[in-house]
Amino acid sequence: MIEGALWRKWVFYNIPLILFVFVLLFPFYWMIITTFRPDGELYKPWNATSYQPFWTNNPTLEHIKYLFEETSFARWMFNTMFIALASTLISLFCGVLAGYALARLNFPWAGSLGTVIFVTYLVPQTLLFIPLAQIIRNFELGDTPWSLILTYPTFLIPFCTWLMMGYFKAIPKELEECARIDGASRWKAMIYIIIPVAVPGILSSGIIAFTLSWNEFIYALVFLSSPDQKTVPVGVTSELIRGDVFFWGPLMAGALLGSIPVAIVYSFFVEHYVSGLTGSVKG
Amino acid sequence: MAEVTVRKLNKKFDLTHVVKDVDLQIHDKEFVVFVGPSGCGKTTTLRMIAGLEAVTSGEILIDNTIVNEVPPMDRDIAMVFQNYALYPHMSVAGNMAFGLKMRKFEKAEIEKRIKRAADILGIGELLHRKPRQLSGGQRQRVALGRAIVRDPKVFLFDEPLSNLDAKLRVQMRVELKKLHERLAVTSIYVTHDQVEAMTLGDRVVVMKDGWVQQVGEPLELYNTPANRFVAGFIGSPAMNFADVTLSGGDGKLWAEAPGLKIGLPAPIAQRVNGRNGAKATMGIRPEDLHIAGPADPGELCFDVEVEVVEQLGSEILLDTRAGNSTFVASVEPTLRTKVHDRLKLAINPNRLHLFDAQTEAVI
Amino acid sequence: MAVTAVAGAEARPIPRPRRLEDERWLALALLMPTAILLGLFIAYPFFEGVLLSLTSQRVGVPGEFVGLKNFVKIWNDSIFRTTVWNTFWYTGVTTVFKLALGLWLAMLLNRHFKGKALVRAFILLPFIIPTVLSTFAWKWMFDPTFSVINWTLYQLGFITQRINWLGDPDLAMTSIIIVNIWRGVPFFAISLLAGLQTISPELNEAAAIDGARPWNRFWYVTWPLLLPVTMVVMLFSVIQTFADFQLVYVMTGGGPANATHLFATYAYQLGIGTGLLSEGAAISLAMFPFLFIIVVVQLLYIRRVETR
Ligand SMILES: Nc1ncnc2c1ncn2[C@@H]1O[C@H](COP(=O)(O)OP(=O)(O)OP(=O)(O)O)[C@@H](O)[C@H]1O
Ligand SMILES: [Mg+2]
Repeated sequence: MIEGALWRKWVFYNIPLILFVFVLLFPFYWMIITTFRPDGELYKPWNATSYQPFWTNNPTLEHIKYLFEETSFARWMFNTMFIALASTLISLFCGVLAGYALARLNFPWAGSLGTVIFVTYLVPQTLLFIPLAQIIRNFELGDTPWSLILTYPTFLIPFCTWLMMGYFKAIPKELEECARIDGASRWKAMIYIIIPVAVPGILSSGIIAFTLSWNEFIYALVFLSSPDQKTVPVGVTSELIRGDVFFWGPLMAGALLGSIPVAIVYSFFVEHYVSGLTGSVKG
Repeated sequence: MAEVTVRKLNKKFDLTHVVKDVDLQIHDKEFVVFVGPSGCGKTTTLRMIAGLEAVTSGEILIDNTIVNEVPPMDRDIAMVFQNYALYPHMSVAGNMAFGLKMRKFEKAEIEKRIKRAADILGIGELLHRKPRQLSGGQRQRVALGRAIVRDPKVFLFDEPLSNLDAKLRVQMRVELKKLHERLAVTSIYVTHDQVEAMTLGDRVVVMKDGWVQQVGEPLELYNTPANRFVAGFIGSPAMNFADVTLSGGDGKLWAEAPGLKIGLPAPIAQRVNGRNGAKATMGIRPEDLHIAGPADPGELCFDVEVEVVEQLGSEILLDTRAGNSTFVASVEPTLRTKVHDRLKLAINPNRLHLFDAQTEAVI
Repeated sequence: MAVTAVAGAEARPIPRPRRLEDERWLALALLMPTAILLGLFIAYPFFEGVLLSLTSQRVGVPGEFVGLKNFVKIWNDSIFRTTVWNTFWYTGVTTVFKLALGLWLAMLLNRHFKGKALVRAFILLPFIIPTVLSTFAWKWMFDPTFSVINWTLYQLGFITQRINWLGDPDLAMTSIIIVNIWRGVPFFAISLLAGLQTISPELNEAAAIDGARPWNRFWYVTWPLLLPVTMVVMLFSVIQTFADFQLVYVMTGGGPANATHLFATYAYQLGIGTGLLSEGAAISLAMFPFLFIIVVVQLLYIRRVETR
């Protein structure tokens, strides 16, 4: 469509877009700059004169060093990674199978079960964390990674199932029928034909599930207690704040480093991520 | 090497009854075509034979064994789908090998079979391509190849040519025919194109609304249709129908309609005897009408007005009207005529069909 | 030489799991792992939660059945009432802004320009990066003494007094709302952009030829076609926001003076912080009817929009 004169393009499109990008990204810039700024420059009051907050000429790694030497940050990273990977794999396994059943098999109550999955997809973690904490304790899983590996699937499975149903429904049924006539059992037709064809969907679900588990907070906060078991979000929250004192340098360094794995995964699979995200709202 | 028998086959989806009491005996090596208008239950019948759809009642036998409860993988059949259903993540060779791998064939045997099928179909160069890198015609061949390598008891085809353009369709039709002669495997072929049915089938099954209307060799259907539907469905351009009243007099039987009075030939007259005054439908194919000449007896002629002249080159189709009946006539390309001309047409009496007005069955 | 000649090579018989050839059994098998996990960690806790909320259990005290006493108690609790109000205010305001800004951003992105893919990828970052971590960056930006926002406003001459972003009850809520909008806009924008891209440009062009002004084109062509996607996006966003925890927990912890609690943070404070398990469970569960109504209303509306 014709957009008209150049100035109009700037006023109506480019400048607003630049503002959006600026506001959306500034906090990350702030995270980065704080991470590398020495403490001496960090704590300058808001009305200090001769103060240049947006840049530093004395970059330092002291905050990152503090993080690795004074806290169990490396351990938290490992925990988070392990928990995120394990719960993602479990959820993919369950979600792919369930999505296949709901999207491609005819059985009584298939429709109602689909609705049940959708509704559980909408159950927020904050609804159940207190009774769940007791159950975790009764199962003697408290303060172990398993408390999260087994509970994260409760919100990941419905999501994966829902997304996979969309992908499975888009695959023509003849493909599978042909495989069955070719001599494959239903199970083999699923394993050798339908699931390989749905790989883009599986990737999308997996990536989003990974970022969701990396992001999860309240279960990790409630179920884990010893510093060595914590995940990055919980560790950063509980170990870098002493009473009212915030260690802003290490805090921002932790936030930055804790975001990097997610950002890397995301940057490799942006298209899958976006297609999964938009697929999940198509319903 | 296989006979397929279908006995009193029925299929209901919830409440809609889509296949009704189908009885069929398909002989070994026979090529049988199911034909009928859209939604008449052809695909459903085929899918029941394949085992993809559960049977509501009745029996299906392959090689004299009831297979109602046998899953498709164990029926030893191969099927070519309308959209080809090539596995998109496998190469052409992979597609062809899949069925054999599932049946645990030796690797060498698989390769041998793929090579042979590829030679037959001329797709040797495509073996390493993915389906999305193929043209429609090539995909079609791969789908066929995938069925051939299996060397199954029965081939099933569900409108395999309908996604091809007209020219390719004719070409593939010929190739299919040759292929069947070469492989001699029992084949069941579904189409809604009566030309395909006539040219391919050893026998043709005409279906409508879930009922089998008639089973027979192509010419049998053409020459002696069992009812008005078959008569109208088989043949192109379609048979002309006129609503007539039967009347007797002068020792002869007549079929009368406004602007039309035809003397019925003796064999038909005998069958109709005693139906004086009854309503009936008269049917005559365009190719069984010609411009009346001096040799034609007057009782087989009638006057018409030309409404449209369709020049096809090899023949002329005249759309004409006599009273309130319309007739299409196929006449010599040399005829010079134009719209609104009045002509006299004559009927080939041996090829006149008469159908009951109520039951539509042939009289 | 017919292919039939190779029939000599017979396939070996294979034992087959017949039961899984029946769709119903296969479905059962495929759904089993999901059913077990969801049953164990959603249905069972839900049931336990209801029971818990009907007792007087605390940490270390088994408690006994007290009926609806916990619910009566929280109903008379002024903090709980503030919490309810906060939650609705927070959800309502953020949703309106996220929708408006998200739609605007989606429209800005729905054009061809250089670096579009890159911009789109970067824009989603607030949504990808773990909320707790990015919220800390905001908390640092809102710090009472070291706020960079205050510094900028001061340097530009807009303020002479510092703004106590998180210390003042009203302002604290606003700050939290800003962060939530910041985090949510990308999700709205990208989803709505996907919706916009499914609308054929020919429709807009046809309307333009029919003489419709841009605003009319949006209102009569784009918006109605975008409505189904918008409704689903809203559904997810509303539920997530209504049940939010992380953001408030990090920014204010419910303070100052319990002024910014949401259901989840208050439930956490009572249930885990103070150890009043049954009361905490009751507060959590109190979310349920609200969520239920929101979901039902939105689903009904979505169905109406989609069948229209
Ligand atoms: N899974 C199903 N559920 C309900 N009804 C069905 C189903 N499959 C087919 N039908 C109905 O059964 C009837 C016969 O369908 P079928 O596919 O056998 O027709 P067809 O003869 O192959 O037609 P076409 O030439 O269009 O392929 C149709 O009216 C169709 O709507
Ligand atoms: Mg069909």
